[in-house]
Amino acid sequence: MEVAAPRLPRYRHLPAWAPWAVYGAALALAFAMSRMTGVNVALLAVAAVVLAGLVVHAWSRTVEGARQAVDRTATLAVTSAFALALVPLVSLLVTVVRKGAERFDLEFFTHSLRNVVGEGGGAVHAIVGTLIITAVAAAVSVPIGILCAIYLREYGRGKLAAAVTFFVDVMTGIPSIVAGLFAYAVFAIVLGPGIRLGVIGAVALSVLMLPIVVRSTEEMLRIVPDELREASYALGIAKWRTVVKVVLPTALAGIVTGVMLAIARVVGETAPLLVTTGVITSVNTNPFAGRMMNLSVFAYYEYKTPGVPPEPYFARAWAAALTLIIIVLALYTVARLVSRRYGTEIRR
Amino acid sequence: MATSASREQVETQQTATPTTASGPTAIEVSELNLYYGSFLAVADVNMSIERNKATALIGASGCGKSTFLRSLNRMHELVPGARAEGTIALDGEDVYSPTVDPVAVRRRVGMVFQAPNPFPTMSIYDNVAAGLKLNSRRIKKADLDVIVERSLRGANLWDEVKDRLDKPGSGLSGGQQQRLCIARATAIEPEVLLMDEPASALDPISTLAIEDLVQELKREYTIVIVTHNMQQASRASDITGFFNIEAAGQPGRLVEMDTTEKIFTNPSNKATEDYVSGRFG
Repeated sequence: MEVAAPRLPRYRHLPAWAPWAVYGAALALAFAMSRMTGVNVALLAVAAVVLAGLVVHAWSRTVEGARQAVDRTATLAVTSAFALALVPLVSLLVTVVRKGAERFDLEFFTHSLRNVVGEGGGAVHAIVGTLIITAVAAAVSVPIGILCAIYLREYGRGKLAAAVTFFVDVMTGIPSIVAGLFAYAVFAIVLGPGIRLGVIGAVALSVLMLPIVVRSTEEMLRIVPDELREASYALGIAKWRTVVKVVLPTALAGIVTGVMLAIARVVGETAPLLVTTGVITSVNTNPFAGRMMNLSVFAYYEYKTPGVPPEPYFARAWAAALTLIIIVLALYTVARLVSRRYGTEIRR
Repeated sequence: MATSASREQVETQQTATPTTASGPTAIEVSELNLYYGSFLAVADVNMSIERNKATALIGASGCGKSTFLRSLNRMHELVPGARAEGTIALDGEDVYSPTVDPVAVRRRVGMVFQAPNPFPTMSIYDNVAAGLKLNSRRIKKADLDVIVERSLRGANLWDEVKDRLDKPGSGLSGGQQQRLCIARATAIEPEVLLMDEPASALDPISTLAIEDLVQELKREYTIVIVTHNMQQASRASDITGFFNIEAAGQPGRLVEMDTTEKIFTNPSNKATEDYVSGRFG
């Protein structure tokens, strides 16, 4: 008796480790050859991955069939793209950590550069300045931004809302130096040319922050389902109370996350602060009087105008860069934690 | 937009449905036209809704039942461009009078929606108390406790949630959420309760629970319920109104309104008979 041929096509699989073994071997070979011949390792690695991809494709085609072979190649393509995108990021992090670690010490966080020439000294004046300037910028732009988003989503109709949306979009594209010059010009008109204050930098940063806060908050309000607003209206709750008590709490985690990301976006700005807050070597905690240092301008000046020998200045610049990255990382982490901890599940 | 054809319709309708109203009227709708922008969605509705009765509105999708229902507590106008013409008298007062605050109307005419929509940031307790708390009336905690318990008992939900009042309302099942929404709507003690297909997202058992609840609720409230489910209308309502559109793009009209028994056994209008016997729609 003859067994009926299976109607579902059967195929064999390559073992799960097989393609990765081929890619790994190819990369190892590339590194070894680079060592021996002195040819650029990146070049060899790319060639090796392409060759290995062809090998796996052919192997998979003979064993598994054409569709699986294409799948293998596509997997390799997206994985390589991901790895490629990761290269500059990892390289940057490694460089900053390695070079910044040299002066990432207690003195760096307890001393300013007041009366420091050459080695030693710290960036406490720049850290304090960065925190104060960013805090003032956030204090200005977060309330305005959130209220503006509430207007756009909950109240705005017609021409005015369209105009506000348009200008918010335009503001998103403002080069940061233009924001700095604008803030400087505004204060220079009133206080005279050559003025340098922490608050001018804060105004420049809030010009940059505002559109980000508006946009992200508006998005968050948009995903609050209309059903909740209607449920509230149907209880005879007035519109502004609905916004304050129902819509905002529902979107709160998303709004906080957006604000954190906006702060992270401006905390490392250099150009607008360069022209507005000036350069100083001592701690200044008053944004309304005197110049104020910040981390990115600190790093820039240590690198641009080193003394002799320049090494201690470079080391301080790298340590400042590392500090800045850690601050940004902390803000992102807090944003993630907030959205995970307080995130309201929004259905639909 | 009242064409001569529609006037005829009104006349035939008025002759076709003699006033069967026996109880006192809670809401008197007359010459109501509802628009979305320039589109006339519902035309020439005249209707008396009786106090402490359950009135069902049936009809095919898109015939304007929900639009009509939402006009009763002025939710219709929340859609941009939507407006209403005509009068809806709640205890003799026109809710569309320019001096009437829609927020005040909604406190007297509550609503339950198709999909359960408890506030996700609030606990079960706060959901029920929302209408009172957010209206900023000063209420003692003890009084609020009483109202919350009474509302949850009224919605047949108390026994299921009394041990977890501080848990989020979104953690309940769909049927429980819908009863929570009913408790929330009744906590502010409206006179009329509008229900827009309140059981269409629920399983048959939860649906039955809601229908039983309607029977109990009508002792205290006037109920208007929109439903696609004709068994539901025949089981749960005393009066039934049938909405229909002649063709796509035409406004929906109230074709016939009578006691539920008559609508389902011996309707006067051919279209109603076709619909309730399942021949179309």
